[in-house]
Amino acid sequence: MKQDIQMDNVTLADLRPEQQGEIVKIETEDGVFKRRMQSLGVVSGTAVTLDRSAPLGDPRIYSLMGYSLGLRNAEARQIRIRVK
Amino acid sequence: MTSPVTVALVGNPNAGSTSLFNALTGAQSAVANYQRVTTSLTAREVTHRGVTLRIVDVPGFFSTSSQSPEEKVGCDYIHGEEPDIIVNVLDAGHLDRSLFLTTQLIETGLPRITVLNMMDEVRRAGIRIDTALLASALGSPVVETCALKKEGIDALLDAMAAMALAAPADPLRLHYDSHLEAAIDRVQQHLSKLHPQELSPVRSRWLAIKMLEGDDEVLRHESNHVELVEDIKGEQSALAHEHDEDTASLLASARFAFSNGLLREVRQQEGDPTAGFKLTRILDDFFLNRTLGLPLLLGILWVMFEATFSLGAIPTDWIKAGVQLATDLVDKTLPEGMFHDLVVNGVMAGVGGTIVFLPNIVILFFFMAILSGTGYLARASFLMDRVMHHFGLHGTTLIPMVAGFGCNVPAVMATSVITNKRARLIAMLISPFMSCSARLPVFILFAGAFFENIAGTVVFAMYMTSIGTAMLSAVLLNRIIPGSGGDAFVMELPPYRLPTMHSVLHHMWDSAQGFVAKVTGVILVGSIVIWFLQEFPRDIAYSQDFETAITEQAALPDSPEKDAATRTLKSAQAQEKLEKSYLGRSAIAVTPLFQPLGFSWRESASIMTGFVAKEVVVATYAVIYAQEKGSEQLTETLKGAMPPATAIAFMIFTLLYAPCLSTIAIIGKESKSWRWAGFSVVYSLTFAWVLALAVSRIGGAFL
Repeated sequence: MKQDIQMDNVTLADLRPEQQGEIVKIETEDGVFKRRMQSLGVVSGTAVTLDRSAPLGDPRIYSLMGYSLGLRNAEARQIRIRVK
Repeated sequence: MTSPVTVALVGNPNAGSTSLFNALTGAQSAVANYQRVTTSLTAREVTHRGVTLRIVDVPGFFSTSSQSPEEKVGCDYIHGEEPDIIVNVLDAGHLDRSLFLTTQLIETGLPRITVLNMMDEVRRAGIRIDTALLASALGSPVVETCALKKEGIDALLDAMAAMALAAPADPLRLHYDSHLEAAIDRVQQHLSKLHPQELSPVRSRWLAIKMLEGDDEVLRHESNHVELVEDIKGEQSALAHEHDEDTASLLASARFAFSNGLLREVRQQEGDPTAGFKLTRILDDFFLNRTLGLPLLLGILWVMFEATFSLGAIPTDWIKAGVQLATDLVDKTLPEGMFHDLVVNGVMAGVGGTIVFLPNIVILFFFMAILSGTGYLARASFLMDRVMHHFGLHGTTLIPMVAGFGCNVPAVMATSVITNKRARLIAMLISPFMSCSARLPVFILFAGAFFENIAGTVVFAMYMTSIGTAMLSAVLLNRIIPGSGGDAFVMELPPYRLPTMHSVLHHMWDSAQGFVAKVTGVILVGSIVIWFLQEFPRDIAYSQDFETAITEQAALPDSPEKDAATRTLKSAQAQEKLEKSYLGRSAIAVTPLFQPLGFSWRESASIMTGFVAKEVVVATYAVIYAQEKGSEQLTETLKGAMPPATAIAFMIFTLLYAPCLSTIAIIGKESKSWRWAGFSVVYSLTFAWVLALAVSRIGGAFL
């Protein structure tokens, strides 16, 4: 159980370049943002990796479902992941 | 005649719907390698095998339920208009993501054709797709195309014509898990009770799913049925309780589960799956490098403006020579008189003085076509997002801003992709600061005359000032305009692609045509008007009797002193004549306003006439100097006419002051308020004046 609690706090913004992540949940009250992310493949179980960061560390490019998605860290923090 | 069959091209942004539309209908709509180039519906009719097809290019969207405003045009069209046939355009390289929309389109129950576009990229990556299996699983014919190479276009037209004539097939149905299916069923029954006989089973199932997904618009439509809305809330919380996820997520996961399962069966990978995008990775290691990325962006822009200036100089010389030849010819053939003067000093000077900038403009558009066509512009907005965020702007605002380098009117229109109303208004108000191609002639003329050796860099600096002012002004507007909020930066980075020769040439041809149309329209009329304004009134009370003085000089024996004296007299007379003309008098009247900036009445006159369209600034200069100094080349004449600091101040003033009439009109239209249009004029004039003053004072101390 303790491990579970730890994993709860990991978000997409914490993903490091060498790591493999898996989407768990989008945590937001903003329905439009949530549905928008879902339509882009950000759904539970999707594998995701960090491709690269912009010069100032924000936004970042993630690789999922065979394409590249640019996201700001503020948004990435709302996406909970599991690190494999 | 039967009415045409409406065929809607529907797909994710940047899936190539517009390229396909162009290939199908022979249209020339703008395409680029970034998302949301197309923001409104375009339709064209074609007849194929006796069937008239009305093909509609629908702006791309990812989902019919996201409800973000930039996706609304597409969604509303599919739901409101119900086209006869949907052509679902898929980027074959990104099927994992694009089939999501397909699952939603299946649920509309409309006849569909599935198009796998960009098949060439997929084949190159060693991917094989079993189209027969895909067709049966999706319940629609599948056509492979490569829109840019015009491959598979006939097959697609065949499929459309065949479908238009065939009887509708039974619509496919996607199955969700038992809990979801039970919930959908209950909502569907409730709906059928409320709207007896009105809804087909497909339609009511679709509505039920939309409502469970939490589609605000559908829910609002049914909001008078309180019981139904309560019912849905109950279903949603029951599902959430059972699955520990909200209904929208459950449905989205189910859709992706369907497409993932399908792809496992129909797609085969030979060799390295990342091979196809290896080049993109290598290029991005370079262009998106954390230390090199931003300097490279600046470097690329510098090269672009340097080349615009220096490469443009060669063909410009030919055009100059041509204009000179034509002017001499007209000068000699037309009899002396007012008509001669009007043509030579008005029309030929104004139109000829402006048309010489055609090569520069075409070259600028060539570079812009390359930047947007390769996918670099999408990367530039990624690189700049953080910086722009500091200024209260959004990285994607860079795209309308760069479009503003061409013309501010489409830039203002392109702000429609910005979701937040306030953010959009700010983007609209800063777009006139983007240096459109109408300002380019002024920069090239002044940079060439006053900074011959670093002209390209000066032009580049003007563009940087333009971006900088836009950013700074965004900060200011963020404080002035009440409210808050912005958009999330969510952007797909497309792989690098080579723009087709055709689209690049088309872009350049378009810009050339537009410029020539302006020169033969507003510039021609402007030059004539300016000529009359500077020619009249003719009965001027001169401060001294020039005619007598010149006649007296002529009577003296020939000597170098005599020639010099005559020249001085003639030039003084021409100058006084100009200053006392209608143009001179009105310019002198406003000159006190510009005195602190170091501008003479000539600059004031150009600024006033440039209000109509900024190309007229150069035309005004050309007419004034043609009158004053004869038909010398404008660049040569201008040399030394003012201190370099004043020249820079004038360039900056021209860059920033009041947008041209068309831009003011479009701001009024798009913001639905003439007050904002008026604000834009006052605001930019103030900005221009203050910055020009600062530059002339600071520059005056150094230059």
